Amino acid sequence: MAKQEKVLNFMRLGKVALAISALLLLVSLGSLATRGLELGLDFTGGSLVEVGYEREADLSKIRSSLNAAGYEDVVVQNFGAPTDVLIRLAETHDPKLGDHVLATLQETETQQLELRRSEYVGAQVGEELREQGGLGMLLALFMIMVYIAFRFQFKFSIGAVLALAHDVTITLGFFSVFGIEFDLTVLAAVLAVIGYSLNDTIVVFDRIRENFRLVRTGEPVDIVNLSLTQTLSRTLMTSATTLLVVLALAIFGGEIIHGFALALLVGIAVGTYSSIYVAANIMLMMGVSREDLIPPPKEDDAVDDMP
Amino acid sequence: MLNRYPLWKNLLILLLLALGLLYAAPNIYPDDYAIQLSGTREAYQVDEPLLERVSAALEREGIPNKGVELDEGGNGLIRFADGESQLRAKPVIANLLGEQYVVAMNLAPTTPDWLTALGAGPMKLGLDLRGGVHFLLEVDTVQAVAQRLDVYVSEIKTKLRQERLRYRLVDHRADGSLEVKFADEAVRDEALALLRREYQEFLVTTDEQNGDYYILINLTEQSIAEIEDYAVKQNLTTLRNRVNELGVAEPLVQRQGRNRIVVQLPGVQDAAAAKRIIGKTANLEFRLEATPNAAAGSTETYEFRSQPGRKATLERDIIITGSSVANAQAAFDENGMPQVSITLDAKGGQMMGRVTRNAVQRRMAVLFVEHKSRTLTETVDGVQQERRIPYVEKRIISLATIQSVLGSQFRITGLESSTESSELALLLRAGALAAPIYFVEERSIGPSLGAENIALGVMSVKIGFALVLVFMVLYYRVFGLLANVALTLNLVLLVAVMSLLSATLTLPGIAGIVLTVGMAVDANVLIFSRIREELKNGMPAQSAISAGFGRAFTTILDANITTLIAALILFAMGTGPVKGFAVTLSVGIVTSMFTAIMVTRALVNLCYGGRKLNRLAI
Repeated sequence: MAKQEKVLNFMRLGKVALAISALLLLVSLGSLATRGLELGLDFTGGSLVEVGYEREADLSKIRSSLNAAGYEDVVVQNFGAPTDVLIRLAETHDPKLGDHVLATLQETETQQLELRRSEYVGAQVGEELREQGGLGMLLALFMIMVYIAFRFQFKFSIGAVLALAHDVTITLGFFSVFGIEFDLTVLAAVLAVIGYSLNDTIVVFDRIRENFRLVRTGEPVDIVNLSLTQTLSRTLMTSATTLLVVLALAIFGGEIIHGFALALLVGIAVGTYSSIYVAANIMLMMGVSREDLIPPPKEDDAVDDMP
Repeated sequence: MLNRYPLWKNLLILLLLALGLLYAAPNIYPDDYAIQLSGTREAYQVDEPLLERVSAALEREGIPNKGVELDEGGNGLIRFADGESQLRAKPVIANLLGEQYVVAMNLAPTTPDWLTALGAGPMKLGLDLRGGVHFLLEVDTVQAVAQRLDVYVSEIKTKLRQERLRYRLVDHRADGSLEVKFADEAVRDEALALLRREYQEFLVTTDEQNGDYYILINLTEQSIAEIEDYAVKQNLTTLRNRVNELGVAEPLVQRQGRNRIVVQLPGVQDAAAAKRIIGKTANLEFRLEATPNAAAGSTETYEFRSQPGRKATLERDIIITGSSVANAQAAFDENGMPQVSITLDAKGGQMMGRVTRNAVQRRMAVLFVEHKSRTLTETVDGVQQERRIPYVEKRIISLATIQSVLGSQFRITGLESSTESSELALLLRAGALAAPIYFVEERSIGPSLGAENIALGVMSVKIGFALVLVFMVLYYRVFGLLANVALTLNLVLLVAVMSLLSATLTLPGIAGIVLTVGMAVDANVLIFSRIREELKNGMPAQSAISAGFGRAFTTILDANITTLIAALILFAMGTGPVKGFAVTLSVGIVTSMFTAIMVTRALVNLCYGGRKLNRLAI
């Protein structure tokens, strides 16, 4: 081995990181338990109408004219722009709902209104989706755990999956605390976060595995510190590029995928942090050692054959 | 360490990239606004003379067009330069051709012929990018089973009568089974043997209560599943027919899961009208009016549809139903009232002839049968639930004196409006639904919102992409530049694969592309940081390149496979837009591995391979 750069002692802050994670998890779980998620139409069922105005829309006027027309439980809000109004109704199914709402609003308006979108989701479909979504997330976690246990070792897979659960919980917690709507695209983003955060964790693990085999001296914590130092520039670089594109998506992508971009933003930030602190920390606590990773024969030859 | 790819490897990479460029190419050509023409029946084909009439009419109205053509499917296609001409042309063409032809607005790809010949075509746009209507329908399979049981009831009665087995009652039970009641045990046992012999699909048990002997009939799980499956398939066919009648270009009617059907109608704006046609479970029944001295058990009384309160008593026996209708056309009678001309199939015509022969001067009623449902929202254990209560509404639409023996052709009058007559004609042509259906999800997206979504999506791809390119060059210099070439090629390949799979591009799909761009860099970053590290450790340049690519490979593989697992699960459970995201993500992972590892390596080899290097621009 040639001369190494100074190894950063990441794990010195291990306890602090643990406290931060515990706090974030506590807040997230607390909020999820008490406030829950602001579930979108996809999951709750109900109706939604998006109306485009030429000039800035008067929300309170819209509310009162809808109430006067007999619509109850109406939520009226701006959607992305002051000229764009989103109306949510608990109203059960009516094929002409969009047209009726538009007609009601047009009565008191001189400007031309446009029906941009209208959606209806049955309560049962929403419920099924909720179940499916939760199931999908659990299945993803489980499959990944199996794969890592197979490719690495059992302790690694526990570390990775707990780190993932950490990321997912905090991302969900973020949506719960700030009361941001959680719809199907956000769920998709959370699953993408699982993929991304794992990507990061695997890179760190890979280096830890390699160093355990390569560096024959030092405690496990030193190996982990060395590996984290070596992968740090890559971790930051990848997170930076990914955050850049997601930021572009959040700023320019429009209102419909704003929640999606936001979930990715939070998830990637938390995922970067967790792959440094959470996953490795858990492994150390489980007492990962060199003996867990006795190298299979011919590993190096196999690598050299690759491109 | 030479860092050279063998020639075949370079050629293979070039070949793949060339194929990628070729199959991505159709997406560069913007779609034309177009109108698609098709005949409603075999007899009405779109042919050259017809198209000439159309283009003459357009010329008279002064609507410019980019040409008229006939495709292999026998559909006519008229292309326009802009949406405005398309909008103006539609009513002109519809008036010219009349009801026998479907005139639909469409977007026609402008892929050059040589590309089409290679099987290349542009990506499809999802409804969220294109505008249109999406319905999710649920087939009421419980009702389908109940309807089948009704048929069994009358069959069993007939069979028992034929065999002279005296029964007291054949009826439904509340739990969904059928019961046959006998006064005599020996007769019951004989009937039991008969039913067991004739019906494999029955689970038969016996019972005895208050001196009566019962046979209880349940359907086997398998036969229930078959009935349900049949109902869904039948409805699928009917819905396809109806959607075709609506004249929507590129509609999608697809089964989803056990008992659901997805219908997507791109470009359709009027969701309510589309829904009225698709969801209607209307049928017709033709019955004779009851004679005054008919037994009460053989008659039924119904209200008139247009005159509530007015009633008529009809015979219980149905002459024919709407399923015997071979063709139906909406028209106007001599007084300008809407009517529907009906042609029956051979069997229906015979039945009609046989019944009306003995009933001249009696009156025949046309009953309009509609399956409807009320939706109640109720709270059960604190959870809001929707409960549907299906019911059948039968109303008389016409009651007219039979002037002479009717054959296979006649007409129905007494309709309220021309809209009603054309809808009825359409429904009769397209066929009835085997079981009632309910709308469980509905989304309609306006065309302007779709266009806006595309614009925003494309813009965020461009900006995100540009940022990453700049960042990479600043950080990795020449290697960054090489990675950028690979990244661009990755986008091309991604689009090519999506086009080849004819995958649908949705807004989350575009987000998936953006994310792929961000994550595709990761592989390069891994490789480059590794090379830097090896250089720092004092390794010579060529060996560092080789070691960097080699050592990073397993990491990249592990990291990407786990992401792929998440993407595949997303694909399996997702629907619509989310599925689109999963598709782009999965395809992106695979293509990015190829470009980041193979293509970048080939480029690095071309730049640095085979010579002595002192330092690298990394």
